[in-house]
Amino acid sequence: MSTTLQINGRDVQVTASPDTPLLWVLRDELHLTGAKFGCGIAQCGACTVHLDGKAQRSCVTPIGILSGVKITTIEGLEGKSAVQAAWIRHDVPQCGYCQSGQIMSATALLSEKPSPTDEDIDAAMSGNICRCGCYQRVRAAIKDAAAHGSTAPAEV
Amino acid sequence: MNAAAKDLPRLSRRQFITTASLTAGGALVVGCSPAQVLSIGADTPVGPFGPFIRIDPDSTVTVVSKHVELGQGSHAGLAAMVAEELGADWSCVRVEQAPANAKLYANVGMGVQGTGGSSAISNSWNQLRTAGAAARAMFVEAAAKRWNVPASEITVANCVVVHPSGKQARFGELVADAAKVAPPAHPTLKNPKDFTLIGTDRVRRKDAGLKSTGTARYTQDVHLPDQLTAMVAHSPQFGAKLKGFDASAAKSTPGVVDVFEIPSGVAVVANNTWAAKKGREALKVEWDNSKAETRSSAAIMAVYHDLAAGRAEPQKGFKWSAFETKGSTAPAGGKVVETAFDFPFLAHASMEPMNCVAQVGKGPPKLTFGSQIPTVDQMNTAMIVGALPGSVQIETLYAGGSFGRRANFKSDYVSECVHIAKHVGGGRPVKLVWTREDDMTGGYYRPMAHHTVRVELGPDGLPRSWRQRIVTQSLMKGSPMGGGPDKDPSAIEGVKGSPYLDATPNVDAQVVLYDTAVPVLWWRSVGATHTAFVMEHTIDQLARAAGQDPIAYRRALYRKAQSDDHLAALNLAVEKAGPTPTPGWTRGVAVHESFGSVVAQIAEVKLENGVPRVGRVVTAINCGTAVSPDQIAAQMEGGTCFGLSAALYGQITMTNGVVDQKNFDTYRVLRMNEAPTVETYIVPSTEKPTGVGEPGTPVIAPAVANALLAITGKPTSKLPFVQPT
Repeated sequence: MSTTLQINGRDVQVTASPDTPLLWVLRDELHLTGAKFGCGIAQCGACTVHLDGKAQRSCVTPIGILSGVKITTIEGLEGKSAVQAAWIRHDVPQCGYCQSGQIMSATALLSEKPSPTDEDIDAAMSGNICRCGCYQRVRAAIKDAAAHGSTAPAEV
Repeated sequence: MNAAAKDLPRLSRRQFITTASLTAGGALVVGCSPAQVLSIGADTPVGPFGPFIRIDPDSTVTVVSKHVELGQGSHAGLAAMVAEELGADWSCVRVEQAPANAKLYANVGMGVQGTGGSSAISNSWNQLRTAGAAARAMFVEAAAKRWNVPASEITVANCVVVHPSGKQARFGELVADAAKVAPPAHPTLKNPKDFTLIGTDRVRRKDAGLKSTGTARYTQDVHLPDQLTAMVAHSPQFGAKLKGFDASAAKSTPGVVDVFEIPSGVAVVANNTWAAKKGREALKVEWDNSKAETRSSAAIMAVYHDLAAGRAEPQKGFKWSAFETKGSTAPAGGKVVETAFDFPFLAHASMEPMNCVAQVGKGPPKLTFGSQIPTVDQMNTAMIVGALPGSVQIETLYAGGSFGRRANFKSDYVSECVHIAKHVGGGRPVKLVWTREDDMTGGYYRPMAHHTVRVELGPDGLPRSWRQRIVTQSLMKGSPMGGGPDKDPSAIEGVKGSPYLDATPNVDAQVVLYDTAVPVLWWRSVGATHTAFVMEHTIDQLARAAGQDPIAYRRALYRKAQSDDHLAALNLAVEKAGPTPTPGWTRGVAVHESFGSVVAQIAEVKLENGVPRVGRVVTAINCGTAVSPDQIAAQMEGGTCFGLSAALYGQITMTNGVVDQKNFDTYRVLRMNEAPTVETYIVPSTEKPTGVGEPGTPVIAPAVANALLAITGKPTSKLPFVQPT
């Protein structure tokens, strides 16, 4: 049994059963470990990826429903996005475990709303828990990325 | 393993206990490090610049960190201390994680290799500056010889060694010669006024790039060849024993490789995480709960109340212990204020649930994970597999948070993984994965605590007498760091040594410890998580009773106690907050010393639909030399969120001994829309650095409670502020 997924612009064959959450296929079968396991019930956002450009929780998304869906993980950003550059400028990460999810949510927000308000940020980012409490820097980095636009290079 | 270790017999259980007690007595009581004993079997090469510094021909300076990076940012500060004294350019400095080797990498304050107690920077301050200065001296001497000039005329900066004649060389050009110079035993350290890196905002995280691209490696990300993934079925009640299990359905789950009993439950081993989880769901397990904790947390708290009120006797072997006693607290006719407080169990709930990778049965035992206290993890592993502690290899990875959870003297989840890997054998890698539910219901909580305080005011409105009773569970019990039936330093820290008690002529402060089967552990800022709240919220109630301003009242007490550090932090916070609160918001203040640092906060609070909302938080920290000001700010921001999260929502409760909260849907934590804006100001100092990772956590809860007192006139006697409806 095999399923074809479109991940980061490439067609990928995976063997996991259709009920397997995308998160575990990414991590265990494809070794794309940027998306993290935090809760397994779409409460913490550490597993956030883009499905057709929208931020979604991969831990509750079975691969069986992803036929024809464009999947983007943090690996697909290739370290070159304006959001990642802003994250580094602001030293946002502490333990860093939630940051892939934070960045994917922030990236989806900025593609929909290039100049988000504080309320927009609250609405888009409140599904992403950070136990280290980096929220204030996440907010600052999102505003910074918005101000710099998508051309700012990342210093990775 | 080195040759000497090969000849040594494997450690027997009795020998292990002797070694373990050496840790307890040796390191912390007698003052003699057990590192030599525990390192037998370890084999770590040490280069010419010592165990902390490596310099490559391309002038890259590698600083070896003996401390794990849990998020606290100490890798940046540790690297800065070396770079400053060595004269290295910050951009060519990188950080590498040390292997487990207590002889080379012990925490100076602990005697074992470990990260905790907000000590990474402070215990390394002399050690790493000296290492950097010694390496610098070696480069200077090598250059002096090569150029035939006096060493005293040579300077070093930005990885370049310079002589006024115009001769200069990068580290890489001189490193072969420098490596041959004998390192000086007592190199001259820089005068702090000459620091060019320490204390500047150029000291930045070295891992922000990795952590912003999904490429930082955590335990959860480890995929070794032929690796298996394990989950364990644990008893729902603490202290229950396995009665029996039916593995037939679990074993027929696709991908499941084996199911077997281990001391902590039933292990399901599979080819991947999802299969392990499905297999565990299919497992049928029966538990014997005859010796389990089957009470509710409310019933345990009722016992705490009875103990504090003298309605119940301490458990057998326990007794009340007086830790601050002076004068007489008998009533003297003054105004009396009484307060009482309940604190729940709290889960650490780091973003990365506990996990570990172990290989046992072929070559030396090896662990790959975010080890916070490698020496202890080596000892516990050694006992399970029958090896020398030093022979246990640990590759320490980034940890996705800990807040104390990964520093466990029982190495609970590590031991579990080692047992499974031992059963699997052959050196085959086994990754133990805990789900969020395993992590949250797995115990090792911040213990519950109950305090009662009775203060009588003197004619000047300041406390004339102070009587306090504390009931809590010992988290030091069984650790090498002390603790016993009548004493646990962590239960009283922050009350003991409080400037308020120093300023009070009559004091009677006592603690009684109460044991349950619920495992408890330190949780970011440890005792201060409850004692800061009790002291700071009581002080505001005293000021109110005395008709005085809470800030003026504190200042009077700090002056009386001659506590200049508290006064400096408070004054800086007051100055930076300015005289006027943001319109519509009410201020609350709190000040507390922990891990050698004093933090003062002024929090602006309002009630929205009965729930406290926190806006601007002005923070002043008095922490000695600020090595990395931006990381200090990050810790104040994060510590405040961590403390506020617990204050608003945090509680682990039990019904019939079963933990009610399983995941973030029921264990609510602070989110983006609730996060305050924290401003951080640092009291200027040239003293030795003190703690930063934890002292930002305990102050916000009482600051909010004090603002709520000002808003509603009602004191808070129980955390969290928001109780589930």
